[in-house]
Amino acid sequence: MSGGTASEESFRRPKVDVARLRRDAWYRRPRWRRLLGFVVAGLALAVVTGPQGAGSTALMSSLKATFTSVPRLGVCVGIGVLLWAVREFGAPLRAPARTAQDGVARGVAPLRRFYAAGVWPKLAVGALVLLAGAVIPNLLSPTWQVVFVEQMGVYLLLAVGLNVVIGWAGLLDLGFVAFYAVGAYSVAFWTGSLPVQPPVVLNPFVVIPIAVLTCLAAGLLLGTPTLRLRGDYLAIVTLGFHEIVYLVAKNADGFTGGSRGTTKMIPHPSIHLFGLDYNWMFDPLPYWYLILAFTAILVVLFSRLENSRIGRAWTAVREDEVAAQASGLNTVRYKLMAFAIGASTSGLAGVVYASKVGFINPDNFPLLASILVLSYVIFGGMGSIAGVLVGTALLTLLPQWLKSYVPAEDRYMYLGGLLVAMMIFRPQGVIPSRRRQREIKLAESGVGGADATGAAGGTTS
Amino acid sequence: MSESEPPLLELDRLEVSYGAIRALRGISVAVRRGEVVALLGANGAGKTTTLRTVSGLLKPRSGGVLFRGERIDGVPAHHVVALGIAHAPEGRRVFPVMSVLENLRMGAYRFRGGARREDLDRVFGLFPRLAERRTQLAGTLSGGEQQMLAIGRALMARPELLLLDEPSMGLAPMVVRQIFEIVREINQQGTTVLLVEQNAAQALRLATRGYVLETGAVVMEETAEVLLRDDRVRAAYLGEGAA
Repeated sequence: MSGGTASEESFRRPKVDVARLRRDAWYRRPRWRRLLGFVVAGLALAVVTGPQGAGSTALMSSLKATFTSVPRLGVCVGIGVLLWAVREFGAPLRAPARTAQDGVARGVAPLRRFYAAGVWPKLAVGALVLLAGAVIPNLLSPTWQVVFVEQMGVYLLLAVGLNVVIGWAGLLDLGFVAFYAVGAYSVAFWTGSLPVQPPVVLNPFVVIPIAVLTCLAAGLLLGTPTLRLRGDYLAIVTLGFHEIVYLVAKNADGFTGGSRGTTKMIPHPSIHLFGLDYNWMFDPLPYWYLILAFTAILVVLFSRLENSRIGRAWTAVREDEVAAQASGLNTVRYKLMAFAIGASTSGLAGVVYASKVGFINPDNFPLLASILVLSYVIFGGMGSIAGVLVGTALLTLLPQWLKSYVPAEDRYMYLGGLLVAMMIFRPQGVIPSRRRQREIKLAESGVGGADATGAAGGTTS
Repeated sequence: MSESEPPLLELDRLEVSYGAIRALRGISVAVRRGEVVALLGANGAGKTTTLRTVSGLLKPRSGGVLFRGERIDGVPAHHVVALGIAHAPEGRRVFPVMSVLENLRMGAYRFRGGARREDLDRVFGLFPRLAERRTQLAGTLSGGEQQMLAIGRALMARPELLLLDEPSMGLAPMVVRQIFEIVREINQQGTTVLLVEQNAAQALRLATRGYVLETGAVVMEETAEVLLRDDRVRAAYLGEGAA
């Protein structure tokens, strides 16, 4: 037993205090970990409320000022410690504690009821959201309308597309924005805004199907040789693809205009049909409605896909590719399909963006954009369309909203903090898909992993 | 059995390699309609490679796989399933985050109309445990239940030939006996079975004939009774007598 009595002295085993080994080190106990958390929060508070840098060079000196100005630091950390003390030792003052499990269960129960209730409530919610989406931008200032179109709107399209690739088929695509660039450059080419002239100059509207098909082809071209790879390897390949597209755009001066980008303004889309004449022009609102319409159409199409034979095949591929193959699925075909659908959605977003802003250059399509879309999808809830939409809306509007409170350079720091906190406390996302919820529950009980690329790994690999 | 009828499955001097490593060095195996044939051998003998080649997950370097007398090597896995060969892979590989029912439905994926009622009833009849747990997530089943599910899922494709890769792996002896009993029943209902096993004692009690593989080659081919009595087999695979 743990005591180690003198009866077995002949073995001369070293004395081990098992009871002590079983004890956690003091700093690993929840109470002291929470103290650490509160102190960190206090420090963060001190940084946020402290003097902030006006330019990028002043960041360090402003941090220095924050940490050397003892009163503020002391007060903030003091508040943190005080909150901790109340939390730990003020037990009689509070209601019985809730466990994290309770919280999750409570969050999920209404969701489950909602899913169980059938299609009508979903349609009603969808209609309400659509209505709100149509009305709200009218009440906003022009600056916010621009944000709605160029930030949120475009990223909504991108996120809905990436959700198919990663959320359903489980393919980790880090070069998603490359297809967005291909779409944008397609519209620039076909409207005659690049140094190279197209055979016929077209209206951006007419270019949409061409750009979508181009991206579909690009997706198939990249996917065919690479989709045999899995997980991390595919991620690196797509990363490489993004670099190729970016560098070609930047260096093929004669074709793409190099780093200066388009030589002429890309014309705004316009309709001339059956006596109907409409030009989208400079005002952001018409573009918003265009995006809203596209998003609505895609959401309907994709949610039908999710519950179809194809959607089930994606789930199977995501969970265990070998088993899927053994069950008679053509796994390569379904992976290609997801990849190409994502690519064409991305291309569509590129067309809308390019024809709105008029001028594009390679730096509109940085790697960061791919990473951002990915984080929106994961934040919102991989595999859940509603979650992805909400996540994108929140995360694209947040930096804009923060603009009026914190210096512009610092905005992404808060975004980063939010992402970290979210992944620790609610890894399944804002509105998780049922399947993702189950995956995380299983992973918690030790069956399989809950990686971005699927639940596989539970069985022999 | 008429001599003119070709075997249901025939492996003709099959060679398979993983890069420079030759996993199968020209094995010839025949499985006749209605039989249970066991492939025995130690780790690395090439048993799993054989099954994976039959089901189209691997392509042979030379030699052929004949099903009902036709060459099927090089046919992709999803078409092989449609031809009537279902594979319950090594390590069970159920879809962990799908329910039992969803797993079975995936097995019937080749039928455009979805799983058929009578197939589901048949699987649930063979494995009442699965019927009890039809809504449970496959990842939360016990090892034995997962093996039942893997076999059940393969049956949903209505195979003529069922490939079973180590159904006894990691299971308690009682559960193994239970599963082999059900495999016998499946065979009696008309499905031919090609079984890969390390548990030779159990496998030979069920099988009509057996092949012993060693480092990628067939070293013995006999009826099950002969193999069960063979001294070398008893020493190497049944853990009896001196080596």
